[in-house]
Amino acid sequence: MRIAVVRFPGSNCDADALHAAELAGHQASFVWHRSADLAGADVVILPGGFSYGDYLRPGAIARFSPVMQAVTAHARAGGPVIGICNGFQILCEAHLLPGQLVRNEGLAFVCRPVTVRVESDATPFTSGYRVGQELRMPVAHGDGRYVADDATLDRLEADGRVVFRYVGNPNGALRDIAGIRNEEGNVVGMMPHPERAVESLLGSTDGLAMFRGLAIPAVVS
Amino acid sequence: MTHWIGRVRVMPRAGLLDPQGHAVEHALGALGFDGVQRVRVGRTVEIALEAGSEPEVRDRLRQMCEKLVANPVTEDFTIDAVEAAP
Repeated sequence: MRIAVVRFPGSNCDADALHAAELAGHQASFVWHRSADLAGADVVILPGGFSYGDYLRPGAIARFSPVMQAVTAHARAGGPVIGICNGFQILCEAHLLPGQLVRNEGLAFVCRPVTVRVESDATPFTSGYRVGQELRMPVAHGDGRYVADDATLDRLEADGRVVFRYVGNPNGALRDIAGIRNEEGNVVGMMPHPERAVESLLGSTDGLAMFRGLAIPAVVS
Repeated sequence: MTHWIGRVRVMPRAGLLDPQGHAVEHALGALGFDGVQRVRVGRTVEIALEAGSEPEVRDRLRQMCEKLVANPVTEDFTIDAVEAAP
């Protein structure tokens, strides 16, 4: 698979995401946020960081970067897109996923390993896991509390679109939501960092299957 | 065309948890300010723009808020003031 890792000014998990994709056997390259295309990539990763310094709201400015038109077109055509941390915030601001990530309940920046439970394997990124499996990977965010109105939350639950749930909620996210997907399943957003859990040296390899799983043909609508 | 200044207030939606407001509320209590019942923290955004009339300014400010300045999922906005720029 050819994987594009989009770099915004302020991205800081871009190199880690590229490394994880390569470790899983993919051909990965960076795409600058001003690019009008995705250089023929099959899969898009919006990495973590602080695009545009989190000014206004995290992801609020990045969503208007030129590359986001190509990302949106890719997503609408069924192409796999994953937003990790700041990438998740950008996907919500871009309305590719519902809801929003707001300031952590405790106000503190939370940077530590957490446990998440896989709630959906019906995405190109989680097909390598089984539902109910618990994974260990780090979170590192100040604005990671997932919120949406009750109707949206009920719909996400009913449609099986909650992808990851915290076991021990670090930020006050409603219904312990750590990651969700769009209706079709090809767009996933998550606050924890699977790309920081791909080698035993990093303390966990639980995130690797997320990138390995992409070898399986993508779910295309 | 006239130069205008618009002031837009963006606040966390009523009923939503506002951890910043809570933190300020506690700090005010710790400083001895009695009787503080509630604090909410939002932001004011000042936008200078050129437009023909005040209704046009308000209409454009509203569009700006809907598209970028506020997030309708968690925030409400009000256009506090529209003045001709000095």
